[in-house]
Amino acid sequence: EFRRFSLERSKPGKFEEFYGLLQHVHKIPNVDVLVGYTDIHGDLLPINNDDNYHKAVSTANPLLRIFIQRKEDADYSAFGTDTMTRKKNVLSNVLRPDNHKKKPHIVISMPQDFRPVSSIIDVDILPETHRRVRLYKYGTDKPLGFYIRDGSSVRVTPHGLEKVPGIFISRLVPGGLAQSTGLLAVNDEVLEVNGIEVSGKSLDQVTDMMIANSRNLIITVRPANQRNNVVRNSRTSGSSGQSTESSLPSSTPNILANFLQGEEESDEEDIIIEDSGEPQQIPKAAPTSESLESLTQIELLHESTQNGFLPSNEMNLNHSAGSISMEYEGQDPDHKSLEEDGTIITL
Amino acid sequence: MRRFLRPGHDPVRERLKRDLFQFNKTVEHGFPHQPSALGYSPFLRLMAIGTRSGAIKLYGAPGVEFMGLHEENNTVMQIHFIPDQCQLVTLLDDNSLHLWSLKQHSGASELREEHRFTLKGPPGSPPSATQVTAVLPHSSREVLYLGTESGNIFVVELPSFRVLEDRTITSEAVLQRVPEDYCNRRSCELVEALREHPKNPDQILIGYSRGLIVLWDLQNNKATHHFLGSQQLENLYWQRDGSKFISCHYDGSYTQWPVSSDNRHPEPLENFVPYGPFPCKAISKIYWQTTKNGLPYIIFQGGMPRASYGDRHSISVVHGSQQTAFDFTSRVIDFFIIFSSEPTAEFDDPSAMVVLAEEELVVIDLKTAGWPAVHPPYLASLHCSAITCSHHVSNIPLKLWERIISAGSKQNIHYSSMPWPIDGGTNIAPDPPQRDLLLTGHEDGTVRFWDASGVCLHLLYKLSTVRVFLTDADPNDNMNPLGEDEWPPLRKVGTFDPYSDDPRLGIQKIYLCKYSGYLAVAGTAGQVLVMELNDEDAEHVVDHAEADLLQDQEGYRWKGHEKLKTRDGPVRFEAGFQPFVLVQCQPPAVVTSLALHSEWKLVAFGTSHGFGLFDHQQKRLVFVKCTLHPSDQLALEGPLSRVKSLKKSLRQSFRRIRRSRVSSRKRRGGSGNASEVQEANAKFDQDTLQEMELAPVQRKIEARSAEDSFTGFVRTLYFADTFLRDSSRHCPSLWAGTNGGTVYAFCLRVPPAERRMDEPVRAEQAKEIQLMHRAPVVGILVLDGRSNPLPEPLEVAHDLSKSPDMQGSHQLLVVSEEQFKVFTLPKVSSKLKLKLTALEGCRVRKVMVANFSSCKTDDYSENDLAVLTNLGDIQIISLPFLKLQIRYPCIRKEDVSGIASCVFTKYGQGFYLISPSEFERFSLSTKWLVEPRCVVDMPEVTSNNHVHNKSGMENAVRKS
Repeated sequence: EFRRFSLERSKPGKFEEFYGLLQHVHKIPNVDVLVGYTDIHGDLLPINNDDNYHKAVSTANPLLRIFIQRKEDADYSAFGTDTMTRKKNVLSNVLRPDNHKKKPHIVISMPQDFRPVSSIIDVDILPETHRRVRLYKYGTDKPLGFYIRDGSSVRVTPHGLEKVPGIFISRLVPGGLAQSTGLLAVNDEVLEVNGIEVSGKSLDQVTDMMIANSRNLIITVRPANQRNNVVRNSRTSGSSGQSTESSLPSSTPNILANFLQGEEESDEEDIIIEDSGEPQQIPKAAPTSESLESLTQIELLHESTQNGFLPSNEMNLNHSAGSISMEYEGQDPDHKSLEEDGTIITL
Repeated sequence: MRRFLRPGHDPVRERLKRDLFQFNKTVEHGFPHQPSALGYSPFLRLMAIGTRSGAIKLYGAPGVEFMGLHEENNTVMQIHFIPDQCQLVTLLDDNSLHLWSLKQHSGASELREEHRFTLKGPPGSPPSATQVTAVLPHSSREVLYLGTESGNIFVVELPSFRVLEDRTITSEAVLQRVPEDYCNRRSCELVEALREHPKNPDQILIGYSRGLIVLWDLQNNKATHHFLGSQQLENLYWQRDGSKFISCHYDGSYTQWPVSSDNRHPEPLENFVPYGPFPCKAISKIYWQTTKNGLPYIIFQGGMPRASYGDRHSISVVHGSQQTAFDFTSRVIDFFIIFSSEPTAEFDDPSAMVVLAEEELVVIDLKTAGWPAVHPPYLASLHCSAITCSHHVSNIPLKLWERIISAGSKQNIHYSSMPWPIDGGTNIAPDPPQRDLLLTGHEDGTVRFWDASGVCLHLLYKLSTVRVFLTDADPNDNMNPLGEDEWPPLRKVGTFDPYSDDPRLGIQKIYLCKYSGYLAVAGTAGQVLVMELNDEDAEHVVDHAEADLLQDQEGYRWKGHEKLKTRDGPVRFEAGFQPFVLVQCQPPAVVTSLALHSEWKLVAFGTSHGFGLFDHQQKRLVFVKCTLHPSDQLALEGPLSRVKSLKKSLRQSFRRIRRSRVSSRKRRGGSGNASEVQEANAKFDQDTLQEMELAPVQRKIEARSAEDSFTGFVRTLYFADTFLRDSSRHCPSLWAGTNGGTVYAFCLRVPPAERRMDEPVRAEQAKEIQLMHRAPVVGILVLDGRSNPLPEPLEVAHDLSKSPDMQGSHQLLVVSEEQFKVFTLPKVSSKLKLKLTALEGCRVRKVMVANFSSCKTDDYSENDLAVLTNLGDIQIISLPFLKLQIRYPCIRKEDVSGIASCVFTKYGQGFYLISPSEFERFSLSTKWLVEPRCVVDMPEVTSNNHVHNKSGMENAVRKS
């Protein structure tokens, strides 16, 4: 069933009122529902408190598409950014009734309901003093937002303690991705970039490596503040990335595997425009199961899918020259005029 | 994580790699940076140049060169060849002496350092006691006399450098018999000059800085004569027969002294201030050369009137009534005269003067009337105007080669026809395998054509683009002999002229088609010239077109320099490359890429705003494409406009100073000369450097975005006949790559030859590829069905290449600064990639396809990519599989200008600038190796009687 109604953008009111309005509009006064909306990246995100309700209204452009599901048959995993590849795990089923029963005053969203901006990975294989942080640049307009510098650190070597040159985080840009994660701090020593050790490399080299990997940056650091380290044996969670003890072992490797695959894919996705036609991702020459997968993703492109990697594609489409889908042309008149100029070719 | 796994080493491939690749730095071309000392051996006929960085370079006949480097990296102050030996001694500014020798090793001579030595005084003595100021290698070849700051002369044995203390000539012993009143006034003098008597090796002449000159008898260990000079001494010179000597002085005078056995305190014969009567600069070195006709040659450095000409770097030659003051473009380091060194010859009969100036080597023919300059076969001043770009063309067809040489010979008529006088040693290197041209573009709008086939980088021809444009430079600024009545009789010599009248004239890109003789050059103000080789002078109109790369985009204002004004009407061009088409980009930004297709008669050019295609046959603009991102204000306004204008204004003010010097010859109070300008420049550089260092060294980590500045900057253009639209028909195409990781492909329709003038060339955009990593595209290449790079235009037509395979499917290789990617054609799908930056943190700076042949078998060769990274490493990457073959460190990563200047050749060699004036040549190939290989034999000593030997005298003794 579809309903169309208008709201005053400047005064959206409270979530409770909106919830009531929805129930009223759909004539389902006593049915518990889950409310979600599609954001500009095409992700289905939940509306369950005042904050995300306001956010949703403010991003309406001008339409806001809202999805309502009955709570009983709601699929929680439909929300979020990586829902396409994520398996419905038992975990959410276990947690859901729990959540449902308690009926907390403020509904707390599931981790999957959010777009990841960062994660701590490989906790099981790294020394406790190190932290491997992954920054998800795609889909956000936030800058990575940090600076690195040269410095020196003390290492234990066969000859005793030795001062060796190292690379350190020197500054976090306020409001940047790096700062907002809380996982990186000034004076953290950078040990690896996407699995490659930085020792022996110059500041400029490390900068270039980070920028080359900026779409999927994995930095291994030795945090300057060692007090928040994960202490594995005691299994206390000390880091913001891990909400519950039980979710950690099962979900982390799973997500990591997915993203690694995703990284390879997204990295390939150069774009080709043939004869001023539609921009398309460049497929791999020899079709493999992987590339077929990416092809299906392309087909889903203009639908409102929940695939985690599409947002980045759309972003890129937006900026690549040539004709592009209608939604975006209106946004950038200058851009459009340039494209049109570009097609004036002597025939 | 499969990509981290390296495939196992294939032993067959490893062996093949050893037969194909080998890294060598082979030879340094050009003029040594910051030369500091000069030496010459008339016996070996070799010249030696020392530099401030401690290098020593020996040159003889063309192709004969040696290089040595002092470990200390200190300035070489003096160089002295040991008489009649393949040995020389250098004095560095740390007061150390080094003995070098040329020794034969497996058929070729090598320069090796044998010994080093630092003179040590008794404990407690001041350092000045042993500070060496003058060196005299004695003709006995057994000892070296070392004059010091303290006035003592130490004697050391060769080659051991053992000090013979009992033979030390102390200043006390010298002063013993000097008149009381004279020596009271002048005590504690440093030894300025030491000269051996030309006929009697037992007598040496000692000159002290305050004017006292003593003839010392080595046998009896006493002074035989005292010459009481009243002026501060600069240098001494014996006349050939030993009856007289000449001294030159700080006040610009020189004095002749008689040497006879009856007078122990002779008075000067003649005291003369050549450029008096007003105060003059010092004469720092002098020669007195006898001739058969009786009139001597008096040749001296300096001596100009202090007030009006004190800033000139001059050497005067006086022969009877003829007198010329050669006016050099930079400070004179030292000079020597080549004259008859036969011990039996009665007269000197000088034939040539060799002058080492700070920026160039000038040789003057003294035998030909008018004393013309001799064209040096090596030591060319590459930087006579700053090098702005270079382009290498391998394997030039003989016909084109001869035409270029003939055009160049017409330019060189004012040079002497004298054979090169420094002709020692024998070049035993095999003849160069092919004729190679290196083209350098310069800031003053010239292109120089160098013969880069062999060890001697030799100027063949110089092309100037200035004539096409209206500039405020007066064309006859240089090389203009002054009027007869001018005094001093100055004559400008040399070609070094670093001051560009108009920086917009600077050449930025060069493309030469060796088959057709078409040449395209593009410059700083968006000018693109297409030229044709013409063997005759011609006067014609240059067709002129404008390419508006912004295409009516409103609201943008170019704040950079204006476009160059063109000369209306026909222009006279000398024989050689003559422009017939000029395209000016609008806005007039620097041309950043250029491609010429001589078969299709098309030229493509790109700037930071876009690119265009011009049909130079029909003289019609085919299309332009704007590549700008609308938000890129910086590129629109001309990013460097402010920096440039500062540079320009500085340059203009220097220019003004220089011009005023030329115009007002009688002006009093000299100001700003070249060295001052350089000092000011150096200081300016240093200041900016310091400013930069004050900023905290940190780097921002940010993903590239489409909005970044200069994404539209066109980095590379490429013509290819390939399958762009469908796999059944191939067509001409133009490819362009930008700084923002975009590749554009245009399908071209070129009318067949018979209708070439009737139908227009058409172009249509066929593809646009956006690389997701958005790194600048630095190279585009199409590989044919056999995975070979497509041949150059006209290469097949001239039977110099197999036709490309048009049966199999073509592939597109896109090289960005960060990755190498192979795509299929015509349907673009990604096939292969090699990530460089993500894994190694280095970026591609230069890339070129090179052909490597095996040194073992004649029939094997393969194409690979030669890549220079921003770290100065060279990597060889295989085609088409993009496997890293080998990596060599080549250039220091701090040497940004060296990396920027690097050019690769088609056969695995390369050049990069190691200083503004020197190219280092390197080779990656086992097969193509151009390096000096030469022998210096000991000439037979004609007489064992050293009395007649003069070599010792010849060696330069100079103070810095």
